[in-house]
Amino acid sequence: MTAQPETLARSAATALALEVRDLVKTYSGGRGKPRVTALDGLSFTVGAGSVFGLLGPNGAGKSTAVKILSTLSRADSGTAFVAGIDAGRNPDQVRRLIGFVAQKQVSDPMDTGVENLELAGRLHGMTTKAARARAAELLARFALEPAARRQVKTYSGGMARKLDVAIGLMHRPQILFLDEPTTGLDPEARAEMWAEIQGMARHERMTVLLTTHYLEEADQLADRLAIIDRGRVVAEGTPEELKSGLRGDAVVMDLRDLLDMPAALTAAGRVAVLRDLTADGRTLRARADEGAAALPVALAALDEAGLRVASATVSRPSLDDVYLRHTGHTFARAQQGFAPDSSEEAAS
Amino acid sequence: MTTTALTHTTALTARQLRAAWRIPVFLVMNLVQPMIWLLLFGQLFKSVIDIPGFPGDATYLEFLTPGIVMMMALFGSAWAGTSYIQDMDRGVMDRFLTSPTNRGALMVSTLVYQALLTIGQTLIVLGVAWLRGARFGGGPAGLAVLLVAAILLTATFSALSNAAALLARNQGVLIGISQLITIPLMFLSSALMDTELSAGWVGNVAAYNPFEWAVISGRGAMQDSPDWATVWAHVGLLAVLAAVMVWVATRAFRTYQRSA
Repeated sequence: MTAQPETLARSAATALALEVRDLVKTYSGGRGKPRVTALDGLSFTVGAGSVFGLLGPNGAGKSTAVKILSTLSRADSGTAFVAGIDAGRNPDQVRRLIGFVAQKQVSDPMDTGVENLELAGRLHGMTTKAARARAAELLARFALEPAARRQVKTYSGGMARKLDVAIGLMHRPQILFLDEPTTGLDPEARAEMWAEIQGMARHERMTVLLTTHYLEEADQLADRLAIIDRGRVVAEGTPEELKSGLRGDAVVMDLRDLLDMPAALTAAGRVAVLRDLTADGRTLRARADEGAAALPVALAALDEAGLRVASATVSRPSLDDVYLRHTGHTFARAQQGFAPDSSEEAAS
Repeated sequence: MTTTALTHTTALTARQLRAAWRIPVFLVMNLVQPMIWLLLFGQLFKSVIDIPGFPGDATYLEFLTPGIVMMMALFGSAWAGTSYIQDMDRGVMDRFLTSPTNRGALMVSTLVYQALLTIGQTLIVLGVAWLRGARFGGGPAGLAVLLVAAILLTATFSALSNAAALLARNQGVLIGISQLITIPLMFLSSALMDTELSAGWVGNVAAYNPFEWAVISGRGAMQDSPDWATVWAHVGLLAVLAAVMVWVATRAFRTYQRSA
C-alpha cells in the first residue's frame, strides 16, 4: 500500500485530537416530508489535551456531530478523524480510544455504582482486578463512595450524572465526549460538575469535547469553542477572542410598548455613537464604543421621540452578543425554537 | 477475539441476572400463566384422550406438559427485546455501541439469560406435573433433549424479539409479536391438541411451524421409547433456524447505527 500524501500530512499533525471536515447528515423527516438537515458542512479541529466546546441551541446539530465522531452514527458525506483515525472507516479502532457520555443517562439504574463502573471496565478489556481498582479511584474522586453499593435508581440527578462521567473515564480514554453534561442539573450540581470537568482535563491529560447550550458553561470550561447554528460553524475561537471580536459594549433597552419599536429604531438610528441596532420583541440592542457615555444620549433621543423605556443596561460583550452577531438572532430566541429545526430531538 | 466475546458475554449475562434477581417477583409471575394452563387445562380437557384417533396411551397431562414447556419458552422470549428497549431509552445502548463491546456478545448474552430462565421454569413445570401424577419416559437423555429444544426455541424467538426492538425501537412492536405471532403459532401446533384431530390444513401448516418442531422434539424425547430419528430431525431444524435468526439479529445492530 502506498502512503498517500494526505495520510503523511495527517500523521505529521498528530497534535490534532479531532479533525472534522465538511460533515453533512440528514434525517428522514417522516412520511411525505422533506429530509431534515442536521449537519450542513460542519468543519472544526481540536488540539490534543484541550477542552473544546460546541455551543448552540437545541437542534443546532451538536449531538449529531458527537454521534458521528463517537462512531454511533455515520455521516452522509465529509470526514471525521479521531486521533488521526477515520471514524467512518475504522470505527473499531476509534472505540478503544474514546469515552462517550450521552445526553441521556448512560448508567444502568438497576445496577449499583460499582457494578456499572466495573462492567464498563470489563467491556473495555480491563482485568477484573484493574477494573475494581479504577472504579474505587473514580468513586473517591467524584465523592460517590457512600452510594457506591446502592442501585443507581436511588441516586439524585447530580450523582447519576457524575457516575455517567466516571463510567466514561473508566478506561482512561484519550478523548472524552460529553454531550450536554449539565442539562437538567440544579445550579449547585452544575457548579460541582464544572469543577469536576476542569479538574479532569488536568488530571487525565486528555481531550474533552463538550457540547452545551449554556453560554456561561462554554465560557467557563472551554479553551476554545465553536458556535454552531443550523448545522454549521458560524464562529470559532477562544471565548476571549470571540468576545473581543466585538468592538465595544452592549447597550440594551426594553421598551414599555411593543408598538413603539419602529419609532424607537428610527430615533436610536439617529444617535451617532450607536451601531448594530437589532430589535427583538420589546428589546432594542445596540453596540457602542463607550457604553456608559452612549446610554444617556440614547435614552434622551428616545425620550424626545415620546417613547417610554422600561429598563436599560450596559454590559461588556458576552457570548450571547457573539451569538447574536453571527446568527442574527439571540440565543434565547433560538432556544425557544426560533431556529428552524428541532430535528435532533425527533431523530434521536 | 473469541476470548473477548466470551468475557463480554459473561459480564453482560451477569448484569441481566443481577437485575432479575433484584426483582424476584417477575420470575414468579412468569410461572403463573404456565401453571394455570397446566393445572386448569390438564383437568378441563383430560378426557380428550378418549376421543377415537388420539394417539398414544399417555394421560392428557403427560401429553400436555411438553407443550406447556414450549409455550412458556415461546411467550417468555417474545418479550426478550424489552431489555434492549430500556437500554435504548436510556443512553446505555449508545454507550455500549461506542465502546469495543462485542456485538455478538450483546446479542448472545440476552439469549443465555433467557435460556437460563427457560431451564429453571421448565424444571419447575416438570416437577409440578410429576406431583400431579404425570410420569415421563425417555430418562435423563429425554429430559436433556427437551431442554435443548426449549433452549433453541428460546434463542430463535429472543433473537427475533431483539431484532424487532433494534429496528422499531419501541415496546409496541413487541406487543405485536406476542399477540400476532406467538398465539397463532401456538394454535397451529399440537401443543394442546393433536393435529390429527384438527382440520387437515392445520397439520399441513404445523409442519412448517418452528414452535411445532419444538413440541414434537420435546414430547417425542419424553416418551417411553422415543423415535430418535424424528426427534433429532426436528431439533436439527430448530438449531439451523436459531443460528440464522441470531445472525440476522446481530446484523440489526448495523441498521440501528446507520439510522442513529
